[in-house]
Amino acid sequence: MKVIEQKGMYTEFPRCGKPHARTTHYCPGCGHGIVNKLIAECCAELGLQDRTIFVDPVGCGVFTYYYWDAAHISAAHGRASAAATGACRARPDAVTIAYQGDGDLGAIGFNNAFQAASRGEKFGCIFINNSLYGMTGGQMAPTTLEGEKTTTTPFGRDPSLTGHPLHVCEVFNELQAPVYIARVSVADTKRIMECKRAIRRVFELQASGAGYALLEILAPCPTNFGMGAIDAASFCMNEMEREFPLGVFRDVGKGVMGAEKTVHPDSKVLAVKEVPRYPTCEALFATPDGTEAPPVEDDPGVPEMRFKFAGYGGQGILSLGICVAEAARLEKRHTLWFPSYGPEQRGGSASCSVVVSGTKIGSPTVEHPDVLVCMNQPSYERFAKDVKNGGLIIVDSSVPVCVDPPEGVELKRVPAIKMAEDFGVPKAANTMMLAALRKFKATGLKDESLETALCASFKKKPQLIEKNRTLLREAEERISL
Amino acid sequence: MTKFVKGNEAVVMGALYAGCELYFGYPITPASEIAHGAAKWFPMLGRVFVQAECETASINMMFGAAGAGKLCMTATSGPGFSLMQEGLSYLAGAELPAIVVDVMRAGPGLGNVYPEQGDYTPAVKGGGHGNYQAFVLAPASAQEMCDYTVKAFQMAAKWRTPAIVLVDGLQGQMMESVSLPEKECPRPDFSAWAAQGEPKTRENLVKSIYLDAAQQEEFNIHLQEKYVRMKEDAEAETYLCEDADILLCGYGISSRIARTTAEELRKEGVKAGVFRPITLNPFPANELAKVAKGRKIMSIELDAGQFADDVRLNLAKAGLGGEAASVKMIHRMGGQVVSVDDAVKAAKEMFE
Ligand code: SF4
Repeated sequence: MKVIEQKGMYTEFPRCGKPHARTTHYCPGCGHGIVNKLIAECCAELGLQDRTIFVDPVGCGVFTYYYWDAAHISAAHGRASAAATGACRARPDAVTIAYQGDGDLGAIGFNNAFQAASRGEKFGCIFINNSLYGMTGGQMAPTTLEGEKTTTTPFGRDPSLTGHPLHVCEVFNELQAPVYIARVSVADTKRIMECKRAIRRVFELQASGAGYALLEILAPCPTNFGMGAIDAASFCMNEMEREFPLGVFRDVGKGVMGAEKTVHPDSKVLAVKEVPRYPTCEALFATPDGTEAPPVEDDPGVPEMRFKFAGYGGQGILSLGICVAEAARLEKRHTLWFPSYGPEQRGGSASCSVVVSGTKIGSPTVEHPDVLVCMNQPSYERFAKDVKNGGLIIVDSSVPVCVDPPEGVELKRVPAIKMAEDFGVPKAANTMMLAALRKFKATGLKDESLETALCASFKKKPQLIEKNRTLLREAEERISL
Repeated sequence: MTKFVKGNEAVVMGALYAGCELYFGYPITPASEIAHGAAKWFPMLGRVFVQAECETASINMMFGAAGAGKLCMTATSGPGFSLMQEGLSYLAGAELPAIVVDVMRAGPGLGNVYPEQGDYTPAVKGGGHGNYQAFVLAPASAQEMCDYTVKAFQMAAKWRTPAIVLVDGLQGQMMESVSLPEKECPRPDFSAWAAQGEPKTRENLVKSIYLDAAQQEEFNIHLQEKYVRMKEDAEAETYLCEDADILLCGYGISSRIARTTAEELRKEGVKAGVFRPITLNPFPANELAKVAKGRKIMSIELDAGQFADDVRLNLAKAGLGGEAASVKMIHRMGGQVVSVDDAVKAAKEMFE
């Protein structure tokens, strides 16, 4: 196709490799050629070339960056809508236009296009439907008509084997977010005029930041239809339009259908809260959230201690570990805490490991704990044998100790669960264990640090702080050495 | 400001200080805390969080956002990382800076969510199609997950390349103290090449296509030359190497196991040192050669030997063929972690 002084297009197309090229790469009679011209005109006429980011597809439309005089991002096959999502989120003031074909959008990239529409991304998607894959040699696309012959449906598309044509506009029209959905054609002059109005509308909506717009354009592909330009255009008008009726499905500007955002006004549960805003990272992270700590200090005199806490999920095992870690942090120790995670934490047992050291911590795993706290039988059976010579096991009195601890390991039984029940706070069994750790001087950490850490762990439920402080002290008195 | 947080959370903090403006991600264990942190903190700073419909979408959203000239990131784990390989190739092909954090889990296939280091090769050698590489960093603690995420953004911008922060599930879940950067990094200016929707960038074109074979070759040569220059930013850490008879090599979590193993070996009279690459690509080959010469070498890793092979390759390329041939390995797979006991035993066996 010869282009002479076309608005919105480069006057010459050196990006194609030939310095003074003036013809496009499209076949004669190709719908892309007409649409390219209309897009360029609309972009230029609305004065949007400086603001526009075109996201180009893979397919016959891949080289639109040869022609349209605006910035371009050439996306992967099927991913123009995903890339356009990234571009329009990165540049909310830009006019982002994705250009996609029917293999690109309808098949490989359908979900990306559909989800972008569903999120109401602020870009316009111009979708060329020529009922097949053009560039790769005329294969069946999701939009191929029943009975249409393509290189992968050599006997005509058989709906009993390959289903029926995909109606992209109709499917997208089920979504709430899009502000504009329409199908037009470029098969004759009247339709081309209508198509231009629709393209213009897409640009206008993007220029005003209105929201997601989808414009499907029925276009002839004479080469793969195996027809001359005129026959291809009538195929487009007669056969394709019968399957894909033209029209505006939605245009919020014209009040066809609203996209008003309603978050269940009657619900007492569902609500969108306002996001608290901070000017800088420093301001955000300086805001107390319970994770702050004094900086770590090296102290080679402090020996490394490794702890394992294990029991049933719900016994507060992970928070017991965090308490000890918190106390260590208060004393500026190198500290490491990690939980059993994944499906493990959903099953019966939970465990966590804590390492406290005066110097940089190497291996994070606790193979041989100095101290093991066990709240149930399975964890005693699993971990007791690994405790270090000279180490300590604290086990809840309810756990039957059927195997002796390893040699050189001290075993202490503490009725943590029972005591918590006696205090009327069955959930506080972990606080009882903390009391035991403190009483036995098992952590190498100061009594005050452990108490402060316990209180800090109830930061979100301040009414429980004093209660737990009292529990800790009373439990410690009851536990015998 | 010091915080006691999970490694996964430290990544988000690092990203925010680095000036990352957009996060795109799809949930996957054991990386999800990164998305959770991003979903909370990015909007609080007026930045963008998008939950993508799949990892393919995440990486291509990054293509668009990076193409539009903004710093962006995603985080995932093994299966999601596989899905991103095509996108990484496009990012490298268009020379776009963008960060992928891969919190590795056990594979192949669905595998499980426990720590492994089996994504070494696709991360380090360019797992997608074509001749490309990414800048790959391997932090070993929560502090480093913050610091090296910052560095990943700096390297990505400096070299116009995707960068990968390669960690594992254990590191992601581990809580440690993290001292946060003093202040946010200044935003880089990409207007020379990005499609920003502004008058000054109207002529810009972001693409990875060169239809002409000669041009495509020329571009490939340009990339390869860039990867050679990138070596100036290789980084390694050595520990107790001066008088070592045996060198333990490991990255990420394995380097910490190596550290404790070396300390234990020394208690038993075996002089052990540790070589730990911090950048896996560019691989700190010179630093390795310096400490490896004439020593016994054992790698510690959570995979089938992908890392050990790279150690051998880098030794051989440095002219240390003998050392390369004698590299031994202790490893676990499937979500199991090498124990210090086993590593000590394996190292001692090398002296028998
Ligand atoms: S193959 Fe079809 S769609 Fe592609 S340029 Fe030729 S006519 Fe147009």
